[in-house]
Amino acid sequence: MLHADFVIIICLIYVAILFSVAFAGDRKARRNPGGWLSSPLVYTLSISIYCTSWTFFGAVGTAARDGFDFAPIYLGPVIVFIGWWVFLRKLVTVGRVHQTTSIADFISARFGKHPGLGALITIVALVATAPYIALQLKALTDSYQVLTHPAGAIVASSTILKPDYSVAFWLAAGLCSFAIIFGVRNLNVNEHHHGVIAAIAVEAVVKLAALLIVGLWVVLSIRGVPAEMFANAPVSLMQPADTFNVRWITLIFLSGIAVVCLPRQFQVMVVENSSERQIRTASWLFPLYLFLLCLFVFPIAIAGLNRLPAGANPDLYVLTLPLQEGRPHLALLAFIGGFSSATSMVIISSIALSTMISNHLIVPLALRFSVIPSASTQSVRRFILNTRRASVIFIVFLGFLYYWLSGTSSALASIGLISFCGVAQFMPGIISGLFWRRASASGVIVGMIAGFILWAYTLFLPSFGGMFFMPLSVIEGGLLGITWLKPYALFGLSGLDPLVHAVFWSLFVNATLLIGISLITEPTPLARLQSALFVDVFRRQTESEQRIMRRTARVADLRQVAERILGPREAVQLFASGQGAKRTVIASDDLLSQVEQRLASHIGAASARSMVSRVVTNETISVQELKRLAGEAEQIRAYSEELERKSRQVEEAAAELASANRRLREIDKQKDEFLSQVSHEVRTPMASIRSFSDILLHDRDMEEARRERFLAIIQNESIRLTRLLDSILHMNQMERGETAWPLELLDPEEALDQALESCEALAHSAGVRLERGQRAGPVQVLGDSDKLAQVFINLISNAIKHNADTAPLVRVTSAVRDGVYEVRIADNGPGIPPQERELIFIKFERGRYAGRSGAGLGLPISRQIVERFGGSLELAEDCKVGAEFVVRLRPVEASRARDVGEDAPPAAAK
Amino acid sequence: MSDRRLLVVEDESNIAEALSYVLRRAGFVVETVSDGDLALQRLQREHFAAVVLDIMIPGTNGFEILRAVRADPALADLPVLVLTARGQAKDRQLAEELGASAFVTKPFSNAEVVERLCAFTGCSQQES
Repeated sequence: MLHADFVIIICLIYVAILFSVAFAGDRKARRNPGGWLSSPLVYTLSISIYCTSWTFFGAVGTAARDGFDFAPIYLGPVIVFIGWWVFLRKLVTVGRVHQTTSIADFISARFGKHPGLGALITIVALVATAPYIALQLKALTDSYQVLTHPAGAIVASSTILKPDYSVAFWLAAGLCSFAIIFGVRNLNVNEHHHGVIAAIAVEAVVKLAALLIVGLWVVLSIRGVPAEMFANAPVSLMQPADTFNVRWITLIFLSGIAVVCLPRQFQVMVVENSSERQIRTASWLFPLYLFLLCLFVFPIAIAGLNRLPAGANPDLYVLTLPLQEGRPHLALLAFIGGFSSATSMVIISSIALSTMISNHLIVPLALRFSVIPSASTQSVRRFILNTRRASVIFIVFLGFLYYWLSGTSSALASIGLISFCGVAQFMPGIISGLFWRRASASGVIVGMIAGFILWAYTLFLPSFGGMFFMPLSVIEGGLLGITWLKPYALFGLSGLDPLVHAVFWSLFVNATLLIGISLITEPTPLARLQSALFVDVFRRQTESEQRIMRRTARVADLRQVAERILGPREAVQLFASGQGAKRTVIASDDLLSQVEQRLASHIGAASARSMVSRVVTNETISVQELKRLAGEAEQIRAYSEELERKSRQVEEAAAELASANRRLREIDKQKDEFLSQVSHEVRTPMASIRSFSDILLHDRDMEEARRERFLAIIQNESIRLTRLLDSILHMNQMERGETAWPLELLDPEEALDQALESCEALAHSAGVRLERGQRAGPVQVLGDSDKLAQVFINLISNAIKHNADTAPLVRVTSAVRDGVYEVRIADNGPGIPPQERELIFIKFERGRYAGRSGAGLGLPISRQIVERFGGSLELAEDCKVGAEFVVRLRPVEASRARDVGEDAPPAAAK
Repeated sequence: MSDRRLLVVEDESNIAEALSYVLRRAGFVVETVSDGDLALQRLQREHFAAVVLDIMIPGTNGFEILRAVRADPALADLPVLVLTARGQAKDRQLAEELGASAFVTKPFSNAEVVERLCAFTGCSQQES
């Protein structure tokens, strides 16, 4: 035997070495995160926490009892790793891209960041892991007791040891402190636990070395030649017919699943993964590690069977064989190997589970019931860290409690496989999440709950043999005495190994419900988006949520949330860089996603979403983006929506076309009318010209006076024609806004005088009295004097021409009234009927009044000109006799008049 | 001896003057009027061998005058030469429907107008 103090001192030294390795690893990681810490070798060694003390000691035990039955536990993972391209690569890539914090985070993130799902997985994992931790504590305690038992190894191993719970307690306490010190230092789970991983890698090397040394020692010194040794092997060990059965296949299947689904495996393989290179190397290096670990299982088992007394516990051969042969230091090495296996498993499991408990149970509950202290940012971080520390203690002591309650039970022996089957319930969710876009959260939840219940009912609870929760009567006779509810023969399925039976029912029902419910439920938009991001991870790694989500939140609120979780320093960094730097009140989609992503790496996707959602005021997913992301079945839906949209667009376009067509026809009609008017206006003077020129051509003997008169008419009509064409062009230009007249300061009175003079002759020949009434004094307006005179001439000549009164009179007055210069041209003619008041200002509209005006363009053009000068032309409404036209212009004040040369009003610039 | 009295309904004084000159030279007696209402009154009161009718005139327009003329049994056979600047097919069609004897568009050939009126009034055509 070895002295207990000596063993304890050795253990403490070993732990101190592990501490320093972890410490060095963390320090190196802070300075330079790359290097050997993230090398594929360290990564692969960390994965070897798959081999716990259960496999370290138990493999030999199983081999001694059931021959090749120990192999499937290694074959399953080997198959998964060798075929890494199919599954592992995608799993690890998705986990890395989405900065997954745990298996619960992974599955809940995939299914619409469903908080309930995360909580469910956490509970299942906790229930399935606690016994497993108990198993480690038992292995540690047993091996310690065997090593230090005063009666010697053989006696110790053949008698049922009374477990020393104080040893187990102190072991548990030591493991807790290690896990807390190195595993729960930082909130950000995705900032890899370099120190712990480094220590775990060292432990992996130690346990392999220990087993190899013991194995070599057995082969070389005890037996000498391996062939001779195998010849002495008991017959029971080598009976393939008994070994390779359904149970064997099931074990391969189950262990293949477990190497992925065990929370600790997920932690080291996915969460701690930093590159594809790591998994690539692990795909061959890990199987090699397992192979080396198995290499001496049979020799040790055979030697144990041959050398040790019949009652000796095969599970402790690795330890008792060296003791029996008088090699206590070799036994101590084996003990250290087992110690390594157990401690590494407990540490990583408790870290992984504590993250899950805090992120998926405590934080969501705290968020819901507003327990999270809001006073300062530090207290929130401390709150979360403390929940993690408490969780570590809770998990390890749950394992201790389990061990304490069932310590002497034989149930512990098979608890490893029971745990495997429990965590295997995650597998349908993971596989469908990675490969089946249609898989829905409700499907996964219902399937997992059913699988979990079936696992508990058919495997977990019966394993206590009636001592805990499930009485023996139920195990043997079924629940309430119903035979088809017998835990080991559910629904009449009897004759199977209990493990095979439980694996079949739980996974079958789990997967069936998952598929069935997924097919009949409609995923939420977020779940649909996440499914695309997970399933198509290789196709669109760069695609991120921010481009799809449309959310609105105030920057200040967002910053407060970020500070509470990330701490002020990191929050300031986050908000000072990129998007955050812009001084806006409303946070951009980018910033929101950035913050959520950063929060997710601390507290998991579901909680991060929940926290961000509290400050988000509205949240939509752009349908277009979703359509773009959607594939296969989704695309069909998207296409049909697209088609509907398109056909709506076509209808809209058709309606627009119809209305445009109507407008065009209207314009066409207006154009026809315009052309018809123009042609009429042109044809009239043309008729005179043609007729008179005909006359002049044919009547050679015409008297001179008449010939001259006719020629004058031709000339006048030609001029009229030219003027008409000018007007049409002018009108057209003005309508297009093309005419640019330089506006100048002028006295409108001068233009009016000029117009009156021009019309004098016309009035005289028409017998109309042209009366000059009261006139305004000198005044200045902006305009063009020729154009203004043209307007006045037009108005006065209209008044003269249309006056049919017996004593025709046209009266022209001007004045400055209320700061506005106005000219009034009144006649005592027939006047203008009310319905034609506005019509006369429309080109070619020929009312009774306008009918005589010739071109029909005079008034519209005049109005446009005056308006161009910033004035107005209208018909006075209150005249009792005849018609009265009023031209109004705004005078320019003397002060402004001076600098108007440079500072022309906008009209001039046109 | 045939009746050679014509009424020219035309508001454009220059065209009225040209027509008067040409038609008088051709041996017609020409009366001119520039207002639609006045023209209709004179047609109903006096006798004319034929009418030269513009469409766009103040007062009752040419088409209305034509309609009224054809509606009056005493004037139903009066030859009416529509002389208009509205040269579109639909105007010609309307004029014919209303019973115009001839439709000439402005600008017109003096000779054609004289020829048409001679045909209506049965005069032998002189040199125009």
